[in-house]
Amino acid sequence: MSPELATPKGPGAPLLVTKGLTRHFRIGGVFGRSLHAVDDVDLVVNEREIVALVGESGSGKSTVARLLARIYKPTSGEIVFNGRSLAHLRGRKDVLAYRGDVPMVFQDPFSSLNPVHTIGYVLRRGLRLHRPELDAREREEEVVRSLEAVGLVPGAQTAAKYPHELSGGQRQRVGFAQALSYQPRLVLADEPVSMLDVSIRIGLLNLMARLRDEGISFLYITHDIASARYVADRVVVMYAAHVVESGPTDEVLQNPVHPYTRLLLSAVPDPRARTEVSAADVGEPPRVVDPGEGCRFRWRCPLAIDICSTVTPPLLESSPGHEGACHVTVGTAGPAPVGVTAPSTADSAGAAFE
Amino acid sequence: MILDVADLSVDYYAGRPARAVAGVSFTHHAGEFLGIVGESGCGKSTLLFGIAQLLSPPAEIAGGTVTFAGKNLVQLSAKELRAVRWRDFSVVMQSAMNALNPVKSIAAQYEDVMRAHGTRDRAEIRERSREVLKLVRIDPVHLKSFPHQLSGGMRQRVMIAMALLFSPELIVMDEPTSALDVVAQRSLMVQIKELQRELGFAVIFVTHDMSLVSNFSDRLAVMYAGKFVELGQTRQVFAEPLHPYTKGLLEAFPSIYGPRVQLEGIPGAPPNLADPPSGCRFHPRCPAVMPQCKDVDPPVVVVEGTEVRCLLYEEKVSGVA
Repeated sequence: MSPELATPKGPGAPLLVTKGLTRHFRIGGVFGRSLHAVDDVDLVVNEREIVALVGESGSGKSTVARLLARIYKPTSGEIVFNGRSLAHLRGRKDVLAYRGDVPMVFQDPFSSLNPVHTIGYVLRRGLRLHRPELDAREREEEVVRSLEAVGLVPGAQTAAKYPHELSGGQRQRVGFAQALSYQPRLVLADEPVSMLDVSIRIGLLNLMARLRDEGISFLYITHDIASARYVADRVVVMYAAHVVESGPTDEVLQNPVHPYTRLLLSAVPDPRARTEVSAADVGEPPRVVDPGEGCRFRWRCPLAIDICSTVTPPLLESSPGHEGACHVTVGTAGPAPVGVTAPSTADSAGAAFE
Repeated sequence: MILDVADLSVDYYAGRPARAVAGVSFTHHAGEFLGIVGESGCGKSTLLFGIAQLLSPPAEIAGGTVTFAGKNLVQLSAKELRAVRWRDFSVVMQSAMNALNPVKSIAAQYEDVMRAHGTRDRAEIRERSREVLKLVRIDPVHLKSFPHQLSGGMRQRVMIAMALLFSPELIVMDEPTSALDVVAQRSLMVQIKELQRELGFAVIFVTHDMSLVSNFSDRLAVMYAGKFVELGQTRQVFAEPLHPYTKGLLEAFPSIYGPRVQLEGIPGAPPNLADPPSGCRFHPRCPAVMPQCKDVDPPVVVVEGTEVRCLLYEEKVSGVA
């Protein structure tokens, strides 16, 4: 990574932009059916920003991360990082530099570390690939520095350990340390805390927030909207391969416009929530194989009208920076319904144990 | 009272013996919903297996009794257990994908269960299988389906229906919702609660997610390093947590309600049970630690109906007395 890339352009400048990002998987069969994992996703991650990508399993959020990490190639659409399209990356050197700028932290800290090597070995090896300019002594210093940056103190001692000697939370910190050692611009974190115990999770979320303040952006992929609220500056909600809502975190949580976001918020387990949710919505997954036109949430949607089954709703702005894809709530097709709102932070704060 | 667990201990013999469950006692009443929460490795699943007599080596019951319907399950032979298990109490496992046989249809698996527990009549088996699937709101046509043809939520409901085949008095559940996303999870919890109200069975529900049971359980037990550190009415425990560990757990959850506040979690990591800390097992991580916590294993103290193992409260109680 060249030094001029490391200097921030100031907060808020777009760092990573996707345009119409799409990934379909052929799932065989005589008719050559295709599974739409990601459809037409426009995503922006600015500098110094944590963007939470929220959705249920199968919504396509992990596929987005893998497209950004170049594990998959997009079916169509474009990824622009730091003003340069990824389609123009040429050769191993370019790709390694990009992966150093945009590393990924995986969900499962128990299977993402090679059990036969020490932590130090794993980190040094990554550095040899992504920062070839460092000599052996500098690499060693960088390993210790990055381990200590994530709270694994003393770093030299941790570096000598094997993965089995560490707890789950410590292993996940190693994952973050490895990403940090590349001096990244943006970290792709795919459910980084969902395998960890609750008492450990907060520590890692706080670590992400601190690193953000130090200038690193995060794409935080999660199904846990409460943790998204805790760390993220903006929230992007995905449903069945589409972005259905996005905006500043507080705005989306307080005034959700998409019925799916509302459903998601009402289902969050919380001692302060009221138990008014019925079992009527059993959380069945949507159709993503050859889905055709129309809103993909319409089968579960309490607000669905005729147009929902024929026209895919576009993302429209409901307030500055806040977009939703719904004919009824943000479109012109129907009046905004009265009385169908998710619990707002204001009126339910004192509703504990009702 | 349908279940009385007294001083139950379970050891794992792998190298140094590790006491995964260390003297757990509680009673459970008909129709009651008990939530047991704790972090991974605290012994909550082992406790459940110990109650259901499903432990296999290297785990072994080291002491204590499990009295269910007047019988001490610990001393029953395999044959005697078979008569009780599934008919009088049943188990729902964590991962339906692993608990269901992938090469058998749902109908065949239900038939297996019913035959193994003494029902031979084919018509009766078919009729009961249809009934239980309807109870969990799955169309009985899915009796012909194989597990891979069902969604995660449906598989988990198929498991719950299987546990209901004999209308047991008690169902123990080991994180049945942890593989589901929030909407499916919420819906399954509501269904379990509705079924419980309708059929009157008692539930012991083990989970790592304290907020999940907050709206559903009558009583809540918080487990740490093999022991119940707090046991009380769920609302009471959430409103006024007593044990520092319970307080820490409650403060570790970000909420979607109220103002955004900085949370800290609990420093450190759960102990290795082969070599647990002396005295109170939570003392190395405890923000309210006192000098005597290192040496004294806190006994159970009852504070306003809640059982708690913490020296903070012992002093107050003895001070009053």
